[in-house]
Amino acid sequence: MLTTHAHIRDDIFAAGERMATRDGFGRALLELGEKNKNVVVLCADLAESTRVLAFKEKFPDRYIEIGVAEQNLAAVASGMANYGKIPFIASYAAFSPGRNNEQIRTTISLNNVPVKIMGMHAGISVGPDGATHQALEDIALMRVQPNMVVISPCDAEEAYKATLAAAKYEGPVYMRFGREKTPTMTTTESPFSWGKANLLWLGENPQVAVFATGPLLHNALLAAKQLEHEIAVSVTNIHTIKPLDTQAVVAAAKNAGAAVTVEEHQVAGGLGGAVAEVLAAEFPVPMEFVGVHDQFGQSGEMSELVLHYKMGPADIADAIRKVHGRK
Amino acid sequence: MLSEQKEKEIALVANKIRETIIEMLTAAGSGHTAGPLGMADIFATFYFHILHHDPHNPVWAERDRLFLSNGHIVPVRYAAMAHAGYFPVEECLTLRKFGSRLQGHPERLRLLGMETTSGPLGSGLSQAAGYAYAARMDGKTFRTYCLMSDGEQDAGNVWEAAMFAGNNKLANMTALIDRNNIQINGMTEDIMPLENLRAKYEAFNWHVLEVDGHNIRAVVDAVEEAKAIVEKPTLIIAHTIPGKGIKEIEFDYRWHGSPPGKGPTDKVPADKQAAVFLQELRTLKGTIVSEHE
Repeated sequence: MLTTHAHIRDDIFAAGERMATRDGFGRALLELGEKNKNVVVLCADLAESTRVLAFKEKFPDRYIEIGVAEQNLAAVASGMANYGKIPFIASYAAFSPGRNNEQIRTTISLNNVPVKIMGMHAGISVGPDGATHQALEDIALMRVQPNMVVISPCDAEEAYKATLAAAKYEGPVYMRFGREKTPTMTTTESPFSWGKANLLWLGENPQVAVFATGPLLHNALLAAKQLEHEIAVSVTNIHTIKPLDTQAVVAAAKNAGAAVTVEEHQVAGGLGGAVAEVLAAEFPVPMEFVGVHDQFGQSGEMSELVLHYKMGPADIADAIRKVHGRK
Repeated sequence: MLSEQKEKEIALVANKIRETIIEMLTAAGSGHTAGPLGMADIFATFYFHILHHDPHNPVWAERDRLFLSNGHIVPVRYAAMAHAGYFPVEECLTLRKFGSRLQGHPERLRLLGMETTSGPLGSGLSQAAGYAYAARMDGKTFRTYCLMSDGEQDAGNVWEAAMFAGNNKLANMTALIDRNNIQINGMTEDIMPLENLRAKYEAFNWHVLEVDGHNIRAVVDAVEEAKAIVEKPTLIIAHTIPGKGIKEIEFDYRWHGSPPGKGPTDKVPADKQAAVFLQELRTLKGTIVSEHE
């Protein structure tokens, strides 16, 4: 059942609220504009869809238009952060950190300056735009860079909190957001601590530990609910992929003896890879990986693509059964 | 104003910097020779005349910022900084060694006064532009300089930055291209022709000046002129001779990435290169500047 300390909305298994994570970012950014005059926003010709338009209109002097030039986006922001500003750079994840990976590596991560890289339309949620625009490797690209923090909020509320936290953190941060409206699970009371995973669901004597990140966390909870009387599981929200809350991951794996990861990303190098690295070293258990398996995306509605790439509630339930059978 | 005596001093410092470059590259056993030698006069002019800076307080808030985009020529910067008093000249011999602050390509976090980390070409101008933009937002009056190579102009990121700086009229920034006409694979105009470089930057709304990069007075004058241009960033195309000061290295692109002892041997045998080059530099005594009198 849902843990009480996570303060999850009570309508998540019904038709609850749906909001895009990028909207949580946009709301937080506007608030940051009021609170901190050092916050500046740089955008690569995508102000509306990256949800920085409101900031641009309210704080035009702190909005810097870069045009369609993501390498410049990253390196100009590096210079501004080096000076003392807190730049948020907004584009699609497929381009930033997709196209400008080296500029991020050298001028932001190695330089260790506090640029906040906001990757929109991450995962397959950008749907009809197709494979070119569906970033499925951004977590992998960013989490191998020393100094870089990687955050993947599960809903708009968490995206709001994570954005505020990113501004306070004195180093580089990558955050990914989805385009589509997805279920809001967390509330204003839900805890959000940098690098601290949240246990949202805990069955009695859990047999499988599920670790999920991003909006697909909702499908993981649906799967847990569906299996309530078949296999008891725990579901942990991994909003911070780096630094990973290894203590929570190991504890949940020890408690259950098997693990499933869920992410809207390549399983190689993403959350699945991160969890597997920790468990292989600390407490090896059988694992199954829900996510994209070495394939590109394609056009379609998000709901269709989630099913095609086997990331729906039934797919997660199957992975849970499969890993349970391997114990 | 640059007095004649000061000009002479800078020329002598430039020769000391060249000697240090040869010594440090020889000790390191790897690194770039031609570029650093060619930029010795310009670095001496920056660290001993142009920059407002304090070697004993490298983080002084009002200092001018010098971004080095083509990080591979950093030995000339290390040598100039050492001679200016940032750290002991002897430390130059730790270049590229384990545990040294003097990394093969510069890192901001390793050495105070190194404004950024660079090496991968093409992104220094963007960083300098971002820095200058932020400084202007806060009404700061220091200047931001960015030194680039000519081969680096092949990179698309440079032109993204050039467009950004021109569009935003970053008049508090001056860029300088080391136009020495060589890159690793050969002459720039054979690899990927850059000309007309002046017209390209002018088309991007830059004020462009061209100088002899070994003429200290001309470099100073160009930098001063840039300060008077209020509506545009300024680019100084500094025509330099790669390997300047050592005739066996001058104009030879094969010396781009070779240190003394490992360079082309058709003129000087490998085991004699360091000694011959140092001897040549020690007998120059500032004659480089006299060529322009």
